[in-house]
Amino acid sequence: MNTAMKKHILLPLIALFIGLLWTGISYFSVQAQSPTPSDNEVNAVAKNLYCPVCENISLDVCPTTACAQWRALIREKLAAGWSEDQIKDYFVAQYGDRVLSTPPTRGLNWLVYILPPLIFLGGVYLVYRVLRSMKKNKPAQITPPPGESDQTDPYFSQLEAELEQHRKRGE
Amino acid sequence: MVSNFGFGALVITLVVSVYGIFAAVYGARKNSLAWVESARKAMLLTFPLISLVALSIIYLLVTGDYQVQYVYNVTSSTMPLYLKVTALWGGQAGSLIFWSWLLASFASAVTLRKWDRDREFLPWVIVVSLVTLVFFVGMSIFFENPFVRFWQTAGGSQAVAMFQPTGATSLVPFDGRGLNPLLRHPGMVIHPPMLYLGFVAFVIPFAFAIAALITGRTDDRWIRVTRRWSLVAWLFLSLGLVLGSRWAYDVLGWGGYWAWDPVEIAAFMPWLSGTAFLHSVMIQEKRGLFKRWNMILIVLTYSLVIFGTFLTRSGVLSSVHAFSQSAIGPLFFGYIGITFAVSLALLLHRWNALRSEGEMHSLLSREALFLLNNLLFMGILVVCFWGVLFPLISELFTGQKVTVGPPFYERSTGPLFAGLLLLMGVAPLSAWGHSTVKTLGKAMWKPFVVSLAIPVIAFVLGVRSLPALLAFWLCAFVAFITLYEYYRGVAARIRRSEENVFTALWNLASRNRRRYGGYIIHIGVVLMALGIIGIELFQTETQGTIPPGGQMNLGNYTITFDKLDIFDTADGRNVARAVVSVERDGKYLGQLYPRRDYYYDSQQPMTIPGVRSTMEDDLYVLLVDWEPISSTGVTFKVYHNPLVNWLWVGGFVFIFGTLVAAWPDKDPESVRVRAAKRKMAASGVQSAD
Repeated sequence: MNTAMKKHILLPLIALFIGLLWTGISYFSVQAQSPTPSDNEVNAVAKNLYCPVCENISLDVCPTTACAQWRALIREKLAAGWSEDQIKDYFVAQYGDRVLSTPPTRGLNWLVYILPPLIFLGGVYLVYRVLRSMKKNKPAQITPPPGESDQTDPYFSQLEAELEQHRKRGE
Repeated sequence: MVSNFGFGALVITLVVSVYGIFAAVYGARKNSLAWVESARKAMLLTFPLISLVALSIIYLLVTGDYQVQYVYNVTSSTMPLYLKVTALWGGQAGSLIFWSWLLASFASAVTLRKWDRDREFLPWVIVVSLVTLVFFVGMSIFFENPFVRFWQTAGGSQAVAMFQPTGATSLVPFDGRGLNPLLRHPGMVIHPPMLYLGFVAFVIPFAFAIAALITGRTDDRWIRVTRRWSLVAWLFLSLGLVLGSRWAYDVLGWGGYWAWDPVEIAAFMPWLSGTAFLHSVMIQEKRGLFKRWNMILIVLTYSLVIFGTFLTRSGVLSSVHAFSQSAIGPLFFGYIGITFAVSLALLLHRWNALRSEGEMHSLLSREALFLLNNLLFMGILVVCFWGVLFPLISELFTGQKVTVGPPFYERSTGPLFAGLLLLMGVAPLSAWGHSTVKTLGKAMWKPFVVSLAIPVIAFVLGVRSLPALLAFWLCAFVAFITLYEYYRGVAARIRRSEENVFTALWNLASRNRRRYGGYIIHIGVVLMALGIIGIELFQTETQGTIPPGGQMNLGNYTITFDKLDIFDTADGRNVARAVVSVERDGKYLGQLYPRRDYYYDSQQPMTIPGVRSTMEDDLYVLLVDWEPISSTGVTFKVYHNPLVNWLWVGGFVFIFGTLVAAWPDKDPESVRVRAAKRKMAASGVQSAD
């Protein structure tokens, strides 16, 4: 069997295995849920959802009564066997994208993810240009800036120390 | 009466400030010392005037004149005196006055310095300070007047106005609404002034930068004059941020210290550009490079300071709706836009004069690494700015509100922060002008090898998270390099001058306080990073409802619910206070008292955690819910926050380092004079002998 064929067979096999595993896990995790899900299970879902009324507070820590009711809703949905994604979708349908901790990647929202890296790359390019111009102009000899002592350079500090001793002796 | 007096003083401040601007511009144009001197006096007069305004508000707050809307909104009769006084910055209108007060005091202090060598800067520094002051005072007079009062009109309706409408009578509410309970905390009493001190102090270097651009004196004199102001601004801003985080940890009751909230980010952004500025000006001082970039940075910092002031109190950025309804939103943006544009125009005007004097010679030189440092700080700034602004843009164009929450910021800034940590380790070892891989490697290899032991030890102790291991290594690397630098310096002094360790350390640091203060700051950052790694990567939590005597477990800890007391207090609170016993591995450690305070006046609850704090970890217990008159029990949320206290320790070290770097130096001239005098005195003594 050549390598290309091996790939052809192996990939679906791996996918099938992962698929089975995932189904198994989700089956057992649904089975493992007690009739009333624990606070921790509710919080695990609520942590990734944002309060639809308060600004920037995740649902698991929001102290308002409204949020307590939403947590109760999550508990109901969990008890009914819903998955975390289903509950998320339900909240998005009810209250809009703002309940998600980050904007979903579609439409205008792409801007939020693309713009900062683009600007950063622009900065990288600027720095690159500065450094490149530096290489072109590289002088044959480097002279330290006048009037500044630099202690990181051991020779320089040694020189400085000797000069100081010399001065002391001179006095 | 006092309201009218305060308002009158406010109006006079505006008039004096506007006069000062014209006098300064005229004096500078006509080269008239008398006019500039008059402008300086106007600047100095603004401080006592604004002080009268602020003291009037404080008087109204303390005496509880609830006819004044601001007093009604932020105080109540049950509040203690210190909270009534500090309610000056408990709301928007008072905060703006407080801001103006600080600005007037700083700008006045600057005009009192000796101007001999920098006389041409003086009128323009006054102009910039007064323009800023006019904006804030004008805002207070026309839009956020802290002295407006309640009136009962002849028609029986209620009105809010500065002056008595015809036929109206005074309307005095029986009691005030009281300060937001979240703000009734010592941390919140100190945090805003620190932040504002930082904000306002950055106006001074900006004023000098603009003065340098206008006068064309574009050497590094403006940087040298304002170096200490920048450091002081940075010190207060850092202190404000640390105190704010501590307040959030103690009061907000979600087990964390930083939520990437727009208000927090608003205070963080000027800190980012200010930190970049502090590093970048050193390149100009030492090597004469990046003059334009430093101008851009200080202009940016000023704009972000104004933006931050606006955002921290107004909340109008929460929605397009709130923004369009508020008068001050567009005004703030207009002011920021105009000052930014004018500053940039001035910068372009002097563009050629601001050419670099030197050139970069090496990729590994200190200046090249500082440039990278600036790039990373700017990267973080862009992420923050865009994250704060995007929800508004999204709502404006699509009508859809979105949340840009912590996961966005953490993922985008995490690698940049790691890069900064790495640079913090490497840059101090590189030399100005020129460094090679060889010189750097020689200085670095010992601490590098030792630092590798830390992630290995962490791995042996059971840490398996790759980001955590990497972060621990970075912290160790920076810490060992910094300590090694100290060691080398001290050892050299001991060898050379036979001083003991402490004298050597003292002399080393006092010889170059900026550098060694900077190193202390770096150590502080490493300690803070440790705390952040601990809570961000290793925090665990659990929540459950337990009856009296019941137990909950989290890691090695067990908490037992002992009892719950519910009672009223004399200062208008209803308190539900639980008592829980804490055990670790079966060993009794003590009791914690998580509670929920309900404030009757403002009708708001406040959750106060019970925290057991050690350098190893915090056990943070919250009282979430309880059923009155029932034995079903009480719901607790328990967080285990490893290493978090290093964050606060690091904060202290950080502030200490900044103090070391910023401590008033004797004026270079006077030092020289004094040294000469000492020499003369010494020779006199010798000859007398």
